[in-house]
Amino acid sequence: MVLGRAFEDKCAKMYYDRKMLGFVHLYNGQEAVSTGFIRLLKQQDSIVCTYRDHVQALSKGLSARAVMSELLGKATGCCRGQGGSMHIFSRKHNMLGRFAFIGEGIPIATGAAFTSKYKREVLKEADCGHVSLTFFGDGTCNNGQFYECLNMAALWKLPIVFVVENNLWAIGMSHLRATSVPQIYKKGPAFGMPGVHVDGMDVLKVREVAKEAIGRARRGEGPTLVECETYRFRGHSLADPDKLRDPAEKAHYAARDPITALKKYLIENSLANEADLKAIDKR
Amino acid sequence: MLGIVRQKMLEQSLKKIPPAVSVLRSYSSAAKQMTIRDALNSALDEEMSADSKVFLMGEEVGEYQGAYKITKGLLDKYGPERVLDTPITEAGFTGVAVGAAYYGVKPVVEFMTFNFSMQAIDHIINSAAKTNYMSSGQISVPIVFRGPNGAAAGVGAQHSQCYAAWYASCPGLKVLAPYSSEDARGLLKAAIRDPDPVVFLENELLYGESFPVSDEVLDSSFCLPIGKAKIERKGKDVTIAAYSKMVGYALKAAETLEKDGIDAEVINLRSMRPLDRSMINASVRKTSRLVTVEEAFPQHGVGAEICASIVEESFAYLDAPVERIAGADVPMPYAANLERMAVPQVEDIVRAAKRTCYRSVS
Repeated sequence: MVLGRAFEDKCAKMYYDRKMLGFVHLYNGQEAVSTGFIRLLKQQDSIVCTYRDHVQALSKGLSARAVMSELLGKATGCCRGQGGSMHIFSRKHNMLGRFAFIGEGIPIATGAAFTSKYKREVLKEADCGHVSLTFFGDGTCNNGQFYECLNMAALWKLPIVFVVENNLWAIGMSHLRATSVPQIYKKGPAFGMPGVHVDGMDVLKVREVAKEAIGRARRGEGPTLVECETYRFRGHSLADPDKLRDPAEKAHYAARDPITALKKYLIENSLANEADLKAIDKR
Repeated sequence: MLGIVRQKMLEQSLKKIPPAVSVLRSYSSAAKQMTIRDALNSALDEEMSADSKVFLMGEEVGEYQGAYKITKGLLDKYGPERVLDTPITEAGFTGVAVGAAYYGVKPVVEFMTFNFSMQAIDHIINSAAKTNYMSSGQISVPIVFRGPNGAAAGVGAQHSQCYAAWYASCPGLKVLAPYSSEDARGLLKAAIRDPDPVVFLENELLYGESFPVSDEVLDSSFCLPIGKAKIERKGKDVTIAAYSKMVGYALKAAETLEKDGIDAEVINLRSMRPLDRSMINASVRKTSRLVTVEEAFPQHGVGAEICASIVEESFAYLDAPVERIAGADVPMPYAANLERMAVPQVEDIVRAAKRTCYRSVS
């Protein structure tokens, strides 16, 4: 999480120094979701994300150097400068892509889950209980592809977890203004899968829920919809003036910073001390 | 249709002004400058004011003042019933807008970029473009689809495609691409007044550019005809036909060419569908040489269509093969140096023009 936060802050600096171009969407504040889920995955499990996922890439094992090079358009980047911030792919780490159009990645992830099941059942390959995770936001939950995939994933019992990073805002559009039924987790049961809501600012709570959901998928019990209530500390992208969000709301979530919360927990429960944590920060 | 009628009326009313008065006018008021953004905003504002059936729909058009600020101030002025912020559901809201248009209201749908229109293309083509024909004229669809099109800066492959050729190949659609502020105002107003579906392709990088606008352009009844191109620069040695941002590049190329003794005629296409074949052919019959310029992928593009038109109608007049300048045949790369190589630059146009004149290009 600390690496993710430091990485994103560095991105911001490079963008404002004009070393980085185009669209850059930062993840500050949402680190608990990425870490909570992805750190439980094996290399062969796949993830598909939207454009806000430098940190997902890092959690999945891509080197910070490769991702940063890509953002700077260098040939040493993970996609040789051809993809950019919004399009990180890595075959080796099974990061199947970040997609610019929201909703686009969900069918792709569902397809990856489909292949996992197909390989096991039709091609009879061994060791393919691979799980697929797809990350997307609250805005995506009003898009048709989301519903089409919830239906198919449940129908065919695919090994997939749909992870909603509900940060309440789609650029300048509040989730409440855009959605008839704002509780996204309730939409899971409508399609025949469990829908779970979790505090996305608390990495340990996310991890508990993730364990259960990923376990379900691996055992062949089918998909799960997990709604993580989270918040982005920065604007939608580095070009977003971010005028529409209430400062009180921002302050409320800043007080629930996942990194600070975990630090506090570790120290209170004597799992680490200040010195250990400072060492992590330094790295 | 209505646009053309009104344009004729405007021309006639202008003719009534005695020449002495208009000469005095041109001395007393210097040409004003207007950005494309303001041109589009004022056109939307005036058309919404003139006709309460016109409404806006799209992501972030209201409270956010528009993702690129094109719709700034319109929510405050016309209220949430006429400026609708939609959820992120292109297929859905495009379909809803088309259905509304079937019943006689006039939606102006904004796509945050035309790349996102691909999620709604079924409704644009099958529900909007083809309906007037399929219903044998019973149902008309007075809808406008607008938004930025083509490459921006460093936004990657999924945000950089130009859709002019795809939409312009479809009967039932009108497809426009403004270059200057005069184009932006006149063509958007014409599009909104038009009873048929119009795809209006803007360019993100041009939004902040200023162009001179005359009093005539600033008048709220100003309108340009759909289907007519404009000669931005008269010349006699080679015709350069372009649309949108490439018109600016073509004009710069013409300046360079002039120094080498080549007098280029630059055509601003303005309308991809209907394409102004008669003007392009008339120009080529005068110059005998043609360079087409577009940022889009080369295969099956606007340049290809223009070339076919020239071959069909003016083959005997050509003194050299047609040169087609287009974007590289590759998804738009992200890295800045690669991106520059993937879109036409002024030097490419200059070289192509020289090739048509059989001059050395070193």
